[in-house]
Amino acid sequence: MVKNKKLLKYAKGYLFILPNFIFFFTFIVLPVLMGLVISFTDYNGFKQFNFVGLKNYIEMFRDEYFLVSLWHNLVYTLVTVPGTIVFALLLAILVNKGIRGSGIFKTMFFLPNISSMVAVGIVWAIIFNPTQGPLNSFLRSIGIDNPPMWLSSTNTALWSVMLVAIWKQAGYYMIIILAGLQSIPNQLYEAASIDGANGVRKFFKITLPMLSPTMFMVIILSIINSFQVFDLINIMTDGGPGRSTNVLVYRIYQEGFQKLQFGYASAMAYFLFLIIMVITLFQFRGQKKWVNYM
Amino acid sequence: MFRESYTVKKKIINSILFIVMLLIGLLMIIPFVWTLSSSFKNNNEIFSYPIRWIPEVFRWSNYVEVSEKIPFLTYYLNTLKIALIVTLGQIVTASLAAYSFSKMQYPGRDKIFLCYLATLMVPWHAIMIPQFIVVKSLGLNDSHWSLILINLSAVFGVFLLRQFMLGIPEELSEAARIDGAGELMIYSKIIFPMCKPGLATLVVFTFNFMWNDYMAPMIYLTSDHLRTIQIGLASFRSQYGSEYGLIMAGTVCALIPMLVIFGIGQKYLVEGIAFSGLKG
Repeated sequence: MVKNKKLLKYAKGYLFILPNFIFFFTFIVLPVLMGLVISFTDYNGFKQFNFVGLKNYIEMFRDEYFLVSLWHNLVYTLVTVPGTIVFALLLAILVNKGIRGSGIFKTMFFLPNISSMVAVGIVWAIIFNPTQGPLNSFLRSIGIDNPPMWLSSTNTALWSVMLVAIWKQAGYYMIIILAGLQSIPNQLYEAASIDGANGVRKFFKITLPMLSPTMFMVIILSIINSFQVFDLINIMTDGGPGRSTNVLVYRIYQEGFQKLQFGYASAMAYFLFLIIMVITLFQFRGQKKWVNYM
Repeated sequence: MFRESYTVKKKIINSILFIVMLLIGLLMIIPFVWTLSSSFKNNNEIFSYPIRWIPEVFRWSNYVEVSEKIPFLTYYLNTLKIALIVTLGQIVTASLAAYSFSKMQYPGRDKIFLCYLATLMVPWHAIMIPQFIVVKSLGLNDSHWSLILINLSAVFGVFLLRQFMLGIPEELSEAARIDGAGELMIYSKIIFPMCKPGLATLVVFTFNFMWNDYMAPMIYLTSDHLRTIQIGLASFRSQYGSEYGLIMAGTVCALIPMLVIFGIGQKYLVEGIAFSGLKG
């Protein structure tokens, strides 16, 4: 009797998870496992397929197209992550000063973030138009005779996309950093003022160390997000001109959904997974050394 | 004397900061202002320089023409339908699971939760191919169900609500248990209503994501009448690539609903983002 009651109690616990778990298992856990299996096959949508061992993974590193995408993605990460975070930190500190109108400015800074990538990409692609676009018209009017070709040149296309990405994401990280800033106790600053510390000193001795857990999280999040860039590239450049803006997910999309090479694409997708896992684990190890938890 | 120079100095600093914020703020919104203004112009007017921020003639016809060339209303309703079902489904399934993870005791609970946590490391793009194969083998690709089901599997809501429920004192549910209330009763009458701020955050967050989602609808929806607003807009652009006035009008239409939601639920959206920064 008592045992039955206990079992019933346990069963209820599982039942409460069940509705969520069905979806979680079918559309996340199962695909994670399937992806690994498929990455070792030559599956391309037909019933018949063979296991090919590590062939896909080896081929990947001989595939010049893939290596180019990987390289572009690394550049994208190395530029947009510091760019976004420094910009977001600046925005958060400005908003946190509590000057009149800060609330409205916060909304303005945040606006690009709630807008869809499609809308933003379309608008910026027109702004960047090298011959007629408003940006180059402006640059010519202030005396720059040969303004950049932006999305139309292989040299500047990736940079243009990165500029828009920073503009778009900064507001998101500003919000997270702002929450971190607001959790720093005011007494610390007051005590420092009494000791005669100036603003710069306070920033480096109080704000940054106290903010380090937040900054750590923000860095992880933005690195992870930078490896998943797709929408903006797809809308603004379609990977071009040439291959100049081709990135990892774009390459996976091409192999998987355009050529239906599920096996090969899954191997690349698992490689992406691996990158993100390594970064996360590496950061968690590093965090012990330089993050200050109160 | 000292105090006076201090306040003067502070005023100057504040004015400088104000101007810096104003400049950055303008940088952030100018593309939107330009979009809105261009949506009332024809091609020549859009690209004439210096920019005329307030159009000479308001060409409302751009908006009429867009709605004639593509079934914008259908795209709107499709997106709305999918977003609402996912949001509602998320509220029910995620809150039930969160209740189980935070308020109920049974063997294996923490192991299952760890399983949920581990999937945070899996980027969606890494599993989109096998996920597509699963959906396809269920015969659900090219239907709204594909998007609804894959998005019901999102675990963000479970984490958010679990965290919220952990903050609700255990005594409340204990007292109800002593009074003979069952788990379902405690969940629906006590805990769920107390989670309203968390639920509001989840609603705004999920709706924002669903409204702006691009890649999944692009992969799953092939029929025109099923399209969501974002792929509708993207395909309109590739069809009418040089009719900039129309593209701008379409873009404005795609942006407005999110701006309205943002106006109403900004606080909750901001809270959700702050939470996503804490979950590590």
